[in-house]
Amino acid sequence: MLKVKNVSAGYEHIPVLFDVSFEIQGGEVVAIVGSNGAGKTTILRTISGILKPMAGEIEFLGERIDNIPAHKIVEKGIAHVPEGRHVFGKMTILDNLLLGAYTLKSQEDIRSVLKEVYDIFPKLKDRENQKAETLSGGEQQMLAIARAMMSKPKLLLVDEMSLGLMPLLVDKVLSILKAISERGVTVLLVEQKVQEALEIADRGYVLQTGRVIAEGTGKALLASERVKRAYLGM
Amino acid sequence: MILQIIVSGILMGFVYSLVAVGLTLTWGVLDIINFAHGEFLMMGMYSAFWMYSLFGMDPLLSIPFAMGIVFVMGYFTYRLIIKKVINAPGLTALLATFGLSLLLRNLAQFIWSPNYRFINQSIVMDKKIVLGSITLGVPQMVAAISSIVMTMAVFYFVEKTKTGRAIQATALDKNTAKLMGIHTEKIYALTFGISGACVGIAGALTATFFPIHPESGALYSLLAFVIVALGGFGNIKGALYSAIIIGITEALGGFLFGTQFKYALVFLIYLIVIQIKPKGLFGW
Repeated sequence: MLKVKNVSAGYEHIPVLFDVSFEIQGGEVVAIVGSNGAGKTTILRTISGILKPMAGEIEFLGERIDNIPAHKIVEKGIAHVPEGRHVFGKMTILDNLLLGAYTLKSQEDIRSVLKEVYDIFPKLKDRENQKAETLSGGEQQMLAIARAMMSKPKLLLVDEMSLGLMPLLVDKVLSILKAISERGVTVLLVEQKVQEALEIADRGYVLQTGRVIAEGTGKALLASERVKRAYLGM
Repeated sequence: MILQIIVSGILMGFVYSLVAVGLTLTWGVLDIINFAHGEFLMMGMYSAFWMYSLFGMDPLLSIPFAMGIVFVMGYFTYRLIIKKVINAPGLTALLATFGLSLLLRNLAQFIWSPNYRFINQSIVMDKKIVLGSITLGVPQMVAAISSIVMTMAVFYFVEKTKTGRAIQATALDKNTAKLMGIHTEKIYALTFGISGACVGIAGALTATFFPIHPESGALYSLLAFVIVALGGFGNIKGALYSAIIIGITEALGGFLFGTQFKYALVFLIYLIVIQIKPKGLFGW
């Protein structure tokens, strides 16, 4: 579904990613794990078009997307839940969700996807007229994911959703992501919480200083000595 | 007498609010101070004037025309000038709009001469309404009512429509707006266009009771800056309320202390408010 081929990317000519390649099949949950500054966020920003790669190609459903602007990439079916949630705090929850559905043309579509999203996140419905900034961190994370779901994505990019959330909530968000994937949405997850992420992922990639240093199924990676030593403190 | 002054202050305040809403939009959405805003207003006034003097069109009828012309001006100001400098450091964007304001003002002087022009034929001209002890000029009334309707229309547009939501989202967080599928460049150009349309309308409305000349926008833009800062940047309702405050201050100050002091009072109030509430009376 998504093919990232030999991508290098960075900011102001300072490269962060070096020759990164990976692939995601439709329906998978894939996790990219690694420590702070490994380039995980940069990968997602490059896929969603906020950042242009310096070299390499990105293909989505057989079509090159690395040279089209971010707002067009959303239309192709990639939704990005940014790091730090970035909900529109001064706007209501409903407005946030409707913004998520910005690329949908028909009112009917918007209504039906809103209903679906409220099914997954019933709490948001009760508070739809409240400003997003009044939500707690965990609720804002739910809103950010819900908002991304509003564009009816085929591929959902989730950046560091565990940031600032207590472990109980992390588990809850992960189980929601699992549920979303069961609805047929492919999920690419980027996480510092290596163990939790690899546990729910079908496959994973380990990123270190901008390079992919290991890949495999979630289970295999969790069992590998290298990952255990570097990330799990075992 | 006092009542009369307050009411005419409020009427003027409504007109100011439309000018200020245009400014607060570009300020709030693009984080750009558009120094050419007053010159856009002047262009609106001249649009009405030329429609009147060449085709004998009533300034009230040429409102859509003035609105359209200044909308296009705003749109292309973004496309051709602002877009190039918006990410440049420091004062670049500000100086660019300052340069544009000088250019427009001097062009107007060069092409149309610095002479004061008047529109002396309009259906509202020289008409008055007497309500008890208050006498209201019909041109001012019409300008005030149309301005408040337009201000409300812009407010409704930004708050309630899909494009308006996209404008808000772009203003709050440009990169995240892109992730929603919003073409932020288009939103920026549109915002500049709407800002222009506001003063285009205001220009055509004020042309019925103010002289038209190349400098006529300068004072309004200064007042609009004060109003926007008072109301809180990017806050449309705030701009409306503080425009009314400024309108009343100006009218009352002129009456109580003499007209030469009315702007001194306006700016004094502004200075006091930003000492106490730097984000403006209605700021976030």
